[in-house]
Formats: sequence, C-alpha cells, structure tokens
Amino acid sequence: MPQVICTDATGHTTSLEMRPGWSVMQTCVNRSIPGIDAICGGMLACATCHCYVDPAWIARLPPPSEAELQMLENVVAERRAGSRLSCQLYVDEALDGLAIQIPDRQV
Amino acid sequence: MAWRSRFRIARSRGQCKDPHSAMDPILIIGAGQAGIQIAETLRQEHYSAPIVLLGAEPHGPYNRPPLSKKWLLERHDPAQLAIRGIEAIRRREIDLQLNCEVAAIDPAQHTVQLADGRSLRYAGLAITTGARVRLLPGPPLRGVFGVRTLDDAQALAAAFEECVRRAAPLVVIGGGFIGLEVAATARKRGLEVIVLEGLGRLMSRVVAPIVSEAAARVHQAHGVQLKFGVQVESLVGVDGHVTAVRTAGGLEYPAGCVVIGIGVIPDDRLAQAAGLACDRGIIVDACARTSAPSIVAAGDCTARRLADGTLLRLESVHNAIEQGKSAAMALLGRERPFTATPWFWSDQYDVKLQMVGLSHGYDQVVTRGDVDKPAFSAFYYRGGRLIAVDSLSRIGDHMVSRKLLDNGLSPLPAQASDAAFELASLLKPQATSAS
Repeated sequence: MPQVICTDATGHTTSLEMRPGWSVMQTCVNRSIPGIDAICGGMLACATCHCYVDPAWIARLPPPSEAELQMLENVVAERRAGSRLSCQLYVDEALDGLAIQIPDRQV
Repeated sequence: MAWRSRFRIARSRGQCKDPHSAMDPILIIGAGQAGIQIAETLRQEHYSAPIVLLGAEPHGPYNRPPLSKKWLLERHDPAQLAIRGIEAIRRREIDLQLNCEVAAIDPAQHTVQLADGRSLRYAGLAITTGARVRLLPGPPLRGVFGVRTLDDAQALAAAFEECVRRAAPLVVIGGGFIGLEVAATARKRGLEVIVLEGLGRLMSRVVAPIVSEAAARVHQAHGVQLKFGVQVESLVGVDGHVTAVRTAGGLEYPAGCVVIGIGVIPDDRLAQAAGLACDRGIIVDACARTSAPSIVAAGDCTARRLADGTLLRLESVHNAIEQGKSAAMALLGRERPFTATPWFWSDQYDVKLQMVGLSHGYDQVVTRGDVDKPAFSAFYYRGGRLIAVDSLSRIGDHMVSRKLLDNGLSPLPAQASDAAFELASLLKPQATSAS
C-alpha cells in the first residue's frame, strides 16, 4: 500500500498506509493524527483538514477544484503554496511517499 | 458559585474520602459526534482518570451527514465514515463499549444501570443521546425509512436498488434538509422521486422564500416532483410492505419506498426519567450543564437556555462539537460558554447550501450573486443588523460571513448586495465596521 509521511505541528512524524479509496483526511482521522479536525467529514464544507503538501510533491498532485480553492482562502492557519484540504487528496502507488505537514490549528 | 463546586470532579478526586470513587470514571452515554468530542477534549485537557464511552449502536463514532448524501450513493467502506478509528480511540484509553443500551440513570447514587444488568458508578456523567427520527403513527411497514443511523442508510440504499429494479418511485415525506438530500441522491441513482411537503415551500422552517424557490427550481430541473400543502394521512401497505402514501385530500401516491423527513425528537428519555429538567430536549446552560450536579449534556439531545430565557435546539455537527467541548470543560470544573455563531450545510446535486447564524425573526433580506443560476447568498437582517447568511454555491460568501458574524460585524445591506464590494475588507483591522 502507498504511504503518506505525515508530520504534525509538534514535529512528530507518522507513516500512514493508504487504503484504496480512502482520502488522506479519512486515514488521518482513523489514526487520530492530532491537528486534523475534519469537522464536516469530507464534504468540503469546513476547511478544518488543512495540510501543507511538501513543496517537492505539489506539482505531482491533481490541482485543487474551484470549491477547494475557495475553502483554502479561508483556512485559519497560514496559507502556503502547498496548502490543500486533505479530504480532497487520494494517494495511489504513483504518489507513494507523499510528505505532508499538519498546521498548528484548524479553528 | 455553588454549581462550580459541585463540578470539581478532577480537582477533588485526590482528596476524596471514599477510596473507590477515586477510580470512578467519567461516563459518556452516546458515542456520536458530541460523545467522542467530550472524550477527546477531556484527554486533551490531560484528564487522566478512566473515561467510558457507551454506544448503543454496533459502530464506533461516525459522521452522519454523508449518510443522506455521498455515502448513500457510493456506499464506500463504512469505516471511512469514522470520526475517529476505534483503535485510535482505545489507544487514548477511552473505554469504548458498543451495543451498550443504558436503562436508567440514578443521579443520587452516581450510577448508571445498563440494559444487560450491569451498574456503573461515575464521577461525572455526560449525556449525548442524540435524537430519534420522528415517524408517522400507525403499524410499522417495511420500505419506510428515517435516515439517522448507518444501519438506516444501509437499509435505504438496498431499498433504492429494489426500486430501480422494479421502476418503483420513492416518496419523500417532508421537504426539509434530510428529505431533499435523499431526493437528490435518489435522482442521481435514477429513481423517480416525489416530495410531499405539508407547507407551501421547501425548508420553510429555516430559509427565506427566495432560497426555498431556488432550491425548488433545482429539484424540479432534476426531475423531482414537488407537491406542496400536502397533509399525509397514512401509509398504505400490502403484506407488511408500503405500497403508497395516502393524503388527507384522498390522493394516493404509489411508493416503492418512503423516506420520512419531518424532523427529529431529541432523545431526552433517560434524563427525564432521572428527573433532569427537560423541555423537548435536556435543558442545558451555555456551558452544557444540566439541572443535576455532575451531569452535562451535549448535541442533538439538548435544549440550550439562552440569555433571554428562551430555549434553542440545534441539530448540527458544529453544535455537537462546540457543546461537547463546553461539556468536557464543565466536567473539569471550568466554564467554557458556547458562543460561536452556529453553522450548517447541505449538499443537493452540485448545489452547496451553507448557512451561518439563525435567521429567525429577520425583517429584511438582500441577495448577493446570481439568484437564477443559483449561485447566491441571502443576507438576513433584523433591525438593520446582520443575523444570518444562507449561501448557495457561494463558498467564499459563507466563509467570510462566518467571520463577520463571529466578530459582530454587519455590512450594510447595500454592501452585502453589491457583489463587487469586498466583504472581507470589513475584517481587516484598519477597516471600520459598517454597523
């Protein structure tokens, strides 16, 4: 299974196995990764599953939808070039090793 | 304050004379959104004594909103609905017990009786029993559904397939959020859908007519038949399975299956039986405290007493989370009033309906954006102040409006209705509020 390397706001790094069809957000909340609130459960309604994709990986992901971009304009933590909503990220073998960072706050 | 001293569970544990009570856990009845929030907040706040989370369902805490929308259509792995994975919950030393029915609460003895005969002592108790679907009177029939639980949604999804096979229509009773979300999902699955609404427009309890009308146009454009002012008299069944919905006007709508979306009943039965103050919901203050010492409540089962004395019942994820945080803090003897502006959302087809604030009692509505498309927001005012905003596929409006309302800012109606006016400019420190 492809892996996502997830670093939380305290600097702790976890390697997450990505089950087929599971979003990065779903995997994070299942493992209780601190800092991913995901209030709306992946419905693109809350912008509380914000993550920073490692700069080396940004261009390898499908670009955000218009709705995701609008939500990203309103994230609480600093918005960076790699800002994405983890509920919109799906990882296959081609993205094995994707590195993300969790911001220090979501609300 | 007397109330506070009664709630100093964590601090008083060490000095407790009864050696057993030092080990008594915080019990949480109900493993939904509010229940898991309380458990997690307690652990975040370094509460280290046992926490027991009692769930009546066979599933761990899961997200309910997708049940009437995305999940109902795609039926992906139910584990993907989890709010927290069961293993992760247990790693935090939260003792999650599933299939666990509570029979009674004894506030005087600080005990909870389970249906299986066990009796559990508690140091503090949280009631997060949620709400039950309001059903129609009459004998139960197969093919009639509320949408509340994962099991409800699983059964409904199977009924959809049966309806597709038999080319039988879905009749939805109630043109509110749940009914309309199910109607949209059923249309995507290819079912014929009829929505019967008792009043004159959709979602009339919460949105302005202009929003109701836009939603009606979207549903009609997707082929849903909307019938207004229809009073349902009874469900017609053959061999125990529903076959039609009969109206007070004497009409019969044939139905392969029926979804009832006429609201929910806060589940305050245990609290009522235990003598807690209830009024269509467990009465709580802004800090989620009930009328009984050491007992808090949060989420859909509550009716929150506002400063003006009225009771507010909110059925939403945001409310469950915020009240859950307040409830956990109250159990630790701390006051964390829930003051954030409430927000809600609904997805119907590709229209994202997002609501912030409570529009009840508005005296003016202005719109921003394209009403016909629809991609607009309705700004609700009372006495010249902004009180709520409903957005249809206007995510930016919604997110900015949440900040405006949380900060007590009120754009002028002329600014709100001018799509060229930058609402976010009101949030900048140098900008002066228009109010």
